[in-house]
Amino acid sequence: MSSVTANCAPPAMQESPGLWVLAWRRLRNDRVGMVSLAVVAAYLLMMIASYAGILAGDWNKEKGVSYANPSFLAGAENLEAKEVTQRDFAPKAKPVDLSDIDPLAPRYKEWEERAAKIAVTEVKRAESLPFGGDKWGRDVLAKAVKGSEVSIFVGLTAALFATLIGTILGAMAGYWGGKVNDFLEWFYNIFTSIPYILLILAFAAVFKRGLDTIIVILALTGWTGIYRLVRAEYIKHCGREYVKAAQAIGASHFSRMFVHILPNASHVILVQLSQHVVSFIKAEVILSFLGLGVPVDMVSWGTMLAEAQNELVIGKWWQLFAAGASMAILVTGFSMLTDSLRDALDPKLK
Amino acid sequence: MTSEQNLLEIRDLRVSFRVDRHTTFDAVKGITFDIPTHRTVALVGESGSGKSVSAMSILGLLPENAAIPAESRILYGGTDLLRAPRERMLDIRGKDISVIFQEPMTSLNPVFPVGEQIGEVLRLHMGMSPKAAAARAVELLSEVGIPEPQLRVRSFPHELSGGQQQRVMIAMAIACEPKLLIADEPTTALDVTIQKQILDLMARLQERHHMSVLFITHDLGVVGEIADHVVVMQNGVIREQGPVRDIFERPQHAYTKALLECRPRLDRRPMRLPVIEDFMGEGGGRANFAERPRGVTRDDAVVLEVKGLGKTFFLKEGLFGKRAVPAVKDVSFRLARGKTLGLVGESGSGKTTVGLTLMRLHDATSGEVLFEGRNLLSLSDREMMAYRRRIQIIFQNPYASLNPRFTVGNILTEPMKIHGIGRDAKERVEMAFHLLSRVGLPEASFYKYPHEFSGGQRQRIAIARCLTMKPDVLICDESVSALDVSVQAQVLNLLQDLQDEYRLSYIFISHDLAVVKYISDEIMVMNQGEIVEIANADEIYLNPRQEYTRSLLASIPRGWDASRAA
Repeated sequence: MSSVTANCAPPAMQESPGLWVLAWRRLRNDRVGMVSLAVVAAYLLMMIASYAGILAGDWNKEKGVSYANPSFLAGAENLEAKEVTQRDFAPKAKPVDLSDIDPLAPRYKEWEERAAKIAVTEVKRAESLPFGGDKWGRDVLAKAVKGSEVSIFVGLTAALFATLIGTILGAMAGYWGGKVNDFLEWFYNIFTSIPYILLILAFAAVFKRGLDTIIVILALTGWTGIYRLVRAEYIKHCGREYVKAAQAIGASHFSRMFVHILPNASHVILVQLSQHVVSFIKAEVILSFLGLGVPVDMVSWGTMLAEAQNELVIGKWWQLFAAGASMAILVTGFSMLTDSLRDALDPKLK
Repeated sequence: MTSEQNLLEIRDLRVSFRVDRHTTFDAVKGITFDIPTHRTVALVGESGSGKSVSAMSILGLLPENAAIPAESRILYGGTDLLRAPRERMLDIRGKDISVIFQEPMTSLNPVFPVGEQIGEVLRLHMGMSPKAAAARAVELLSEVGIPEPQLRVRSFPHELSGGQQQRVMIAMAIACEPKLLIADEPTTALDVTIQKQILDLMARLQERHHMSVLFITHDLGVVGEIADHVVVMQNGVIREQGPVRDIFERPQHAYTKALLECRPRLDRRPMRLPVIEDFMGEGGGRANFAERPRGVTRDDAVVLEVKGLGKTFFLKEGLFGKRAVPAVKDVSFRLARGKTLGLVGESGSGKTTVGLTLMRLHDATSGEVLFEGRNLLSLSDREMMAYRRRIQIIFQNPYASLNPRFTVGNILTEPMKIHGIGRDAKERVEMAFHLLSRVGLPEASFYKYPHEFSGGQRQRIAIARCLTMKPDVLICDESVSALDVSVQAQVLNLLQDLQDEYRLSYIFISHDLAVVKYISDEIMVMNQGEIVEIANADEIYLNPRQEYTRSLLASIPRGWDASRAA
């Protein structure tokens, strides 16, 4: 964005701090900013590690009993697991002998012999898992780690694309005004008059199911708020004298739009970006809940929350907690980081 | 002076602001002065001198982070206003002490008719019925000289002119017959002719209502006209105080002398304007104060010729209607190389529009701008690029005309890059360093942001930016109007030095007639988009031919006039 300003920094860079160095210094003095930066960085690392298979590669394994207790609640009663165990290993009644009328009866013996050759090792399922298990006994913690991969990726990329669309359209409408503005305003009005969920459903119906589809849907539907704010910011700045001064020295339209005005509107864009990351992570939850989200063979915080709904009724709160807490920490960290970033990037700050 | 005569006594007032956890900023550092009854006290100083802060602490209108130590006192009729309970202050504010601010437009509430806003004060403090208050509002409006007060009470602030808005503010301030009127730069935002009317009005009202007035201003010319007693402040300290005659005729402190001398005068035109350092420094380099000859002759080479320039704006009216508002009508003039054309007029006279249209920052409706024989207005954008750098502009507000996100280095190298000046980045940086030292800024400024500089320094940066392109014509649009008197003198000196060195031609747009007289060879007076008169500077001040020019010149504050002493 403002890389142009960094580019034309003088060669004598080492003796004087440039824009980014100064911003970094200001950020380093901001305790809240540094903590939230650490939180966000940790999440990103976790996401990369999980993508590379280092972390939570076995999230799909059924390691514990159904609804295994978290290890700090290992002693608690687990009715569901007990029920399943009883059903499996203690048949309630003796089976009726049907060999007289069963046409396959003569071959049972042969099959049993064959089956005996295959070694079946009964996996001892854990009674408790670090943060509990889900219905199939999968580790909730591993699920939450793996789920971050999808959720953060979807949230970040979709927010980036939405911000890009919103910023470019907003800049055009605000800067050029007149017919361009009229057209974009008309488009915006039509677009926002359609209920949001309906719009998402319509897009989802057209595209095939998958991760890229969710990103496209969210980006294509989410730019409107950013557009409106960026447009207002551009209208405000276009009348400023520094933009007139840029015109007077012969700066091109493109340069005025994106080199001169954009850095001055960046605080709005940054804050919007962070808010949209948050709301898109939530939107992915909604989509997954409606069955339009990530495919069933993947896990995201959204699918976890959708599952947690039923579990909560029978008192299994850990899946909800794991997904909710990971989301809350990231979202809080992210918005605080953008807040500090905005302060750090603002040279006018008093 | 005994204390019975004093309406208000300020004793050792100190105000400091908390900036952050560790730093405080001392705005006022122990000032002591009196406001006698039925007298006008002028508080004079440049920005940052603490004059407004002092006045606002009288009313208890300081922001939250201000701290006043226990030894400070503001005594009003036996009450210490700094320690008065809230109810007592509410009673005093608006009733006993009222205030007029600088910007009338922002001080009036835009969604209420002015009559109602005056009535509110009366209902609150005088306990009047709404009907009585409305009737009194009409009386007050007619007292402050607003025509057709019956109709005007129902007007909204935006329907009134700046001068009328300030009159409404005054009407509100005097509504409860206050004993003290605090006027915080009440005429700074107004044109000279309006300023004169408002000053006359205030003098008349003070007489009639037996008020005391605390008049805050940076303009010693105004002070000389209205004040009885003058307090000169600098950096939160009183430098000098005394009766107006002493201050003007026998200034004691070097700072007061400097303030009196820095301002360009109508009767003299030194080679360089004196600046504060000439008085405050040791010895001082009071160099060349010989008179500078001014004026253009027929033999001067013409660099820019404007013929029949016109600009019409269209306002939307109703659903589909358009109304043409001619801002500039048939303006023609010639600009000689190395000379300055002063452009004066009141707000709305179209002088700024002329400047912007010459630069093609506005599209002209008609006319020609001939530069080296080519009509700039008919060039395509691409062809114009070559000429763009030859004509440059310096705007009024140095706080707004520099991009806050750019370092000074970026600001200076950008135009060079656009126009391909300098071989590579290194050479451009060197040129930028050279220009910075040329306009009197340290080289370290290169890496700083505009907000780290004061107004005068920022205006130097803006000048340096124009110089990077080596222009032939520089348009100065009110370029020194927002600056303090002493800084104004420095920037004017800089502009003059640059003209002497590079033979630049200036179009100097200003509402300040003394400044224009000082810097210009030729002066063009504009009114309502048309040229009223155009002549050599000295001639126009000596024998103005048009009635409008005469009335404009008559409104200039004359400063101290010994005959007033009687």
